[in-house]
Amino acid sequence: MHPIRKQRLQVVLLIVVASSLAAGLIAYMLGQNANYFFTPSQVIQGEAPENVTIRAGGMVVEGSIERSLDSLDVSFWVTDGIGNLKISYSGILPDLFAEGEAAIATGKLDSAKILRASQVLAKHDENYTPPEVADAMNQAYKLKQQGKYSPQEAEK
Amino acid sequence: MIAELGHFALIIALGMALLQSLVPMIGSFKGYSSWMRLGRSLSMGQLFFVAISFGCLAIAFLNDDFSLKYVSQHSNTALPDHYKISAVWAAHEGSLLLWALILAGWTVAVALFSRSLPLVLTARILSVLGAISVGFALFLLLTSNPFERLLPMVPMEGADLNPLLQDIGLIIHPPMLYMGYVGFAVPFAFAIAALIGGQFDSAWARWSRPWINLAWVFLTIGITLGSWWAYYELGWGGWWFWDPVENASLMPWLVGTALIHSVSATEKRGVFRSWTLLLAIFAFSLSLLGTFLVRSGILTSVHAFASDPERGVFMLMFLAIVIGGSLMLFALRGPAMRKVAAYSGWSREVMLLINNVILVSSMTMILIGTLYPLVADVLELGKISVGPPYFNFFFVPLTVGLVIALGIAVFTQWKSTDSSLILSKIPVPLLLAIVSAGILPVYLATDFSYSITAGLTVFMTAWLIATIAADLRDKIGIDLKRVAKLSHSYLGMQLAHTGLAICVLGVGLSSAYDQTRELRMAPGDNAMIAGYEFNFSGVNPVDGPNFTAFQAQITVTKNNQLVANLFPEKRHYNAGGQVMTEAAIDPSLTRDIYVSLGEPLANGAWALSLQVKPFVRCIWLGAVMVAIGGLLAATDRRYRRRKKSQANNKVAP
Repeated sequence: MHPIRKQRLQVVLLIVVASSLAAGLIAYMLGQNANYFFTPSQVIQGEAPENVTIRAGGMVVEGSIERSLDSLDVSFWVTDGIGNLKISYSGILPDLFAEGEAAIATGKLDSAKILRASQVLAKHDENYTPPEVADAMNQAYKLKQQGKYSPQEAEK
Repeated sequence: MIAELGHFALIIALGMALLQSLVPMIGSFKGYSSWMRLGRSLSMGQLFFVAISFGCLAIAFLNDDFSLKYVSQHSNTALPDHYKISAVWAAHEGSLLLWALILAGWTVAVALFSRSLPLVLTARILSVLGAISVGFALFLLLTSNPFERLLPMVPMEGADLNPLLQDIGLIIHPPMLYMGYVGFAVPFAFAIAALIGGQFDSAWARWSRPWINLAWVFLTIGITLGSWWAYYELGWGGWWFWDPVENASLMPWLVGTALIHSVSATEKRGVFRSWTLLLAIFAFSLSLLGTFLVRSGILTSVHAFASDPERGVFMLMFLAIVIGGSLMLFALRGPAMRKVAAYSGWSREVMLLINNVILVSSMTMILIGTLYPLVADVLELGKISVGPPYFNFFFVPLTVGLVIALGIAVFTQWKSTDSSLILSKIPVPLLLAIVSAGILPVYLATDFSYSITAGLTVFMTAWLIATIAADLRDKIGIDLKRVAKLSHSYLGMQLAHTGLAICVLGVGLSSAYDQTRELRMAPGDNAMIAGYEFNFSGVNPVDGPNFTAFQAQITVTKNNQLVANLFPEKRHYNAGGQVMTEAAIDPSLTRDIYVSLGEPLANGAWALSLQVKPFVRCIWLGAVMVAIGGLLAATDRRYRRRKKSQANNKVAP
């Protein structure tokens, strides 16, 4: 082979190998760090995996917030109007977190189907809400507006 | 009346922009020099009318004209005047008008400072800028009219400006960011004009360099302000979240940084011509993409976007025309720009190439991570968010590679460098960096535990500063008075690179040694964090101009010496009823003490977040140095020489 062609072939091969390695790595890391969103009813029906970081959320059920008296441990229920999910968390809840409002938690599901949250978000600002959070909240808001959501019913 | 005047002025500005996009371009092909010259006057006319339109909207805000839908949604009578002005660009419609105003401003600047360029080229640059203006003016008028009236039901009082936006950082952050985004329209227009003419020489590259630098400096300041604002205003001490909105601004910045480096090689050595043009196209395309991502609502929800598609579809079409059209032109004309120039392995060209590969790779992985959730949602693969570990996994090693290469690049020369020369210069800075990395983190660590992250951070910072110092010594010896003799572009480069070193130091050390505790405190309680003792004396109600607040007092002491009295607040805004956390910070160069108030708990106790953040301020200090360096380089004397380009007479129509 002509030396210049050989050099070109080497460069092309290098680019192909490097970019496919990069593409593979990106695909792998995306898979590892993509946190899927589940609604409470999906969790109840067993669609969400245990001990994997997921996100879940809905409307905070009225009267369900339980604060520990000597620490920042807190637990509450969220509902999508159909199913309820218990979330436990330790730390400061966001400013807009409130009963009857929407909230989203990131965390791992334990065997008792309680979400051990490492982060809790409430609707904050249009620029600082991840898309799924707003989407789930919009759905929850719609349910509320249509009168399909009633706290008493959801608590059952 | 004022609103109608503003609306009308915007329509005239659209007409002007339309003429500006057509007349000089046609003139450049037909060789009518009077048509080509018209571009300058048209650009000034356009600026005049866009400014009137913008002024009218600002007056409507100051007069509390709630018959305007936009004003009623984002302002109220109790808002202080300076926030009324900044509310003009607090949301979609007004910020687009600001975009259009800034674009018109940049266009006039080009019209005024392009006399050294051939008339044909200037005409085409102004024409491309005019075409972009047409796109934005149409977008404003058709889908996002800020002068829309709420008649006949005029509200007595407006809603409030989002309290998060009632802040000095947010008054200046969007204009700076837009100055950067829109500033990249200039190199973009330049690249398109050069591609149309099929010619691009060193003199033109030299002309474009200060423009690229200026746009990039504004973008740097804009991003820095955004990060700083998020740090003190969002109330939980983070400064970068890999949020899609932040990524949208970081991507054009990374490509802009690559462009700054690539165009330097094009100017000095005539290499990378088509690559430089491609980067100019990408920098602006990513700026548009950023505007699209943030402004179309697609990030909030793909479905909200689909149910109200008017704006999104317009922007997608606009993006498609700009990106598709310019890439098509590039495919047709780009290859002709190529020039074969010899350079060997150890040359500045190769180091700049490495810089470009790393920066563009960073941008690509951020682009994929940002768009993947959107694509997955559209394809119904599930609702996904890509976590920070993905971005850190790629960004951290790429940045480490960039810094190490930068230290070596300092010693390289154009065309080729004797490898033994480089190898002879590396050992001293390398040794200094290794020794610093071994010793410094031990002193810096509050608990004296060695951290690999801190070690690597100190290594990178020391490596950069030592190599820069070594190069300065080679240039001027140890006589510091001779610094004045160095060119602005050299000093600017070194300052920006030192800024990068400081920024890396801040990022690395604040990540390694950050100490955060969220805890329950009753009045009189104490907590000990990183050697500081925090005493909580309780919470009092206080009143602000448009809010009421609970204010806590926390006394911070170290070894029984008073360090600071901090007063974090939990505010309740009267108009919209929003609740907001106002953190209290005791700043210093080596550490910030950051305290924020959580929620009230039983028995008078409160949830509190107490943080000690070593060297966090270096992040923004370094970024500001980077910006000043860019500005200094843009003022280099050789850019001010008014020399006619040699290609003046050779331009093909």
